[in-house]
Amino acid sequence: MTIGSSPVKFTPALPGEPVREIRTIGGDRPVFRAELPDGRIVWLVSGYENVRQVIIDQRFSRAMAVAPGQAQPGFEMFAAGSINGMDPPEHTRLRKLVASAFTARRAEALRPRVASIVNGLIDAVLDRPQPVDLVAGFSLPLPAQVICEMLGVPAADTGQFHAWSDIVIGDWQRDSDEIMTALAELYGYFGRLIEVKRAQPADDLISALIAARDDTDRLSEQELTVMSCTLLIGGHETTANQINLSLLLLFDHPGQVAKLRTDPGLIPGAVEEMLRYGRLGGLAPARVATEDVALGGVTIPAGEQVIPLFATANRDPSVFADPDRFDVTRAAASHLSFGAGVHHCLGAQLARVELQEAFRGLIGRLPGLRLAVPASELEFKPGMAIHSLRELPVLWGEP
Amino acid sequence: MTRWKISVDKNVCIGSAMCVAIAPGRFVLDERERSSPVEAEIGPDEVVRDAAASCPTEAISLVDADTGQPVDLGQ
Repeated sequence: MTIGSSPVKFTPALPGEPVREIRTIGGDRPVFRAELPDGRIVWLVSGYENVRQVIIDQRFSRAMAVAPGQAQPGFEMFAAGSINGMDPPEHTRLRKLVASAFTARRAEALRPRVASIVNGLIDAVLDRPQPVDLVAGFSLPLPAQVICEMLGVPAADTGQFHAWSDIVIGDWQRDSDEIMTALAELYGYFGRLIEVKRAQPADDLISALIAARDDTDRLSEQELTVMSCTLLIGGHETTANQINLSLLLLFDHPGQVAKLRTDPGLIPGAVEEMLRYGRLGGLAPARVATEDVALGGVTIPAGEQVIPLFATANRDPSVFADPDRFDVTRAAASHLSFGAGVHHCLGAQLARVELQEAFRGLIGRLPGLRLAVPASELEFKPGMAIHSLRELPVLWGEP
Repeated sequence: MTRWKISVDKNVCIGSAMCVAIAPGRFVLDERERSSPVEAEIGPDEVVRDAAASCPTEAISLVDADTGQPVDLGQ
């Protein structure tokens, strides 16, 4: 164990809290021991280079962090069976099966369909009396529709799995029995869907995974079910709330919105800046050191948990000039919001296309878009591993 | 004896570091976090095939050094 300082008490910040407080929580130490609200003692890692090393260096294991005895409650129970909780080579074998469906090229090919879904949703928003809740009317149905079409999940079932998804990506405050029950229901749903598709294959990703199982035995039945769930869950609450949090940022920065309206060519860069600056994730998934590793001036002993603080990486002043300034014209795409290394977000390229088309549509077709209530009245869903807005009531047009 | 030629299109690479994490020692990142092969020509190596198949932007090209044909990525 480490000698000297006792662990710092650490509670993950809410999206609105200033990052500079996180930057200094370890004093002048970039890597420090901390006690989390659930009682775990972990190493917290701050700063761009240190965070990047933790997520790329294979001496930090995800599989060990979700192994029995290590697993904490919350979304790690879900991660434990999924590619998110595996190391190479198991991780590589499974990820390769789906990687080709999520390349930049495939995401680009989906852009017209994404734009069409965006336009349809905005048409429906415009048809309703103001204020409209953009969570129900736009940010959640957009990614849900896209991932359902890719997977071959009936869009009519979306309401059902929103509820499961909310529970499964719960954080440590959630009751583990509640999470296990929702997981069992979600797996049951996909088990039935897989049987339907096995009998009647279609041109979708679940059918392709069934073929990989039945024809070449490249994954087990359990892995097939969990992979289907992972893609569905990973593919909607995340993107939905990145849209929500980005809108809150834009509402606070009307001058930046004006720039985007004048020059929509800035939107891809703006999306990167919203990813860098916004803080979708709560506490990141832990890794466990497989051997003693020197990092940020300390030695992390083998077997101890390590958690990277992504916000401190994305606001590291040595990488991003004036890091706490939100600037859609900032030419920096090297944020770590999609992670890096073997767990680099599988859906990153698709998410980029969805976010770009979402903001092209919202900014272009809903001029004057603004909150219908004071920002202080917005509620985040409790007990979620990501910052998930319950509702986002908006107005648009002339005030 | 089969040889593979590896190349990485740095204009397509986004610095996800997928390849350096899957196949350490086979790829290296420059100061802009763009990847390149450590050795441009190697004997067949499954982890290099895995890295090419897992690249999110398909920036890694793997061809048979004799025939110039793309190596089957097994997807």
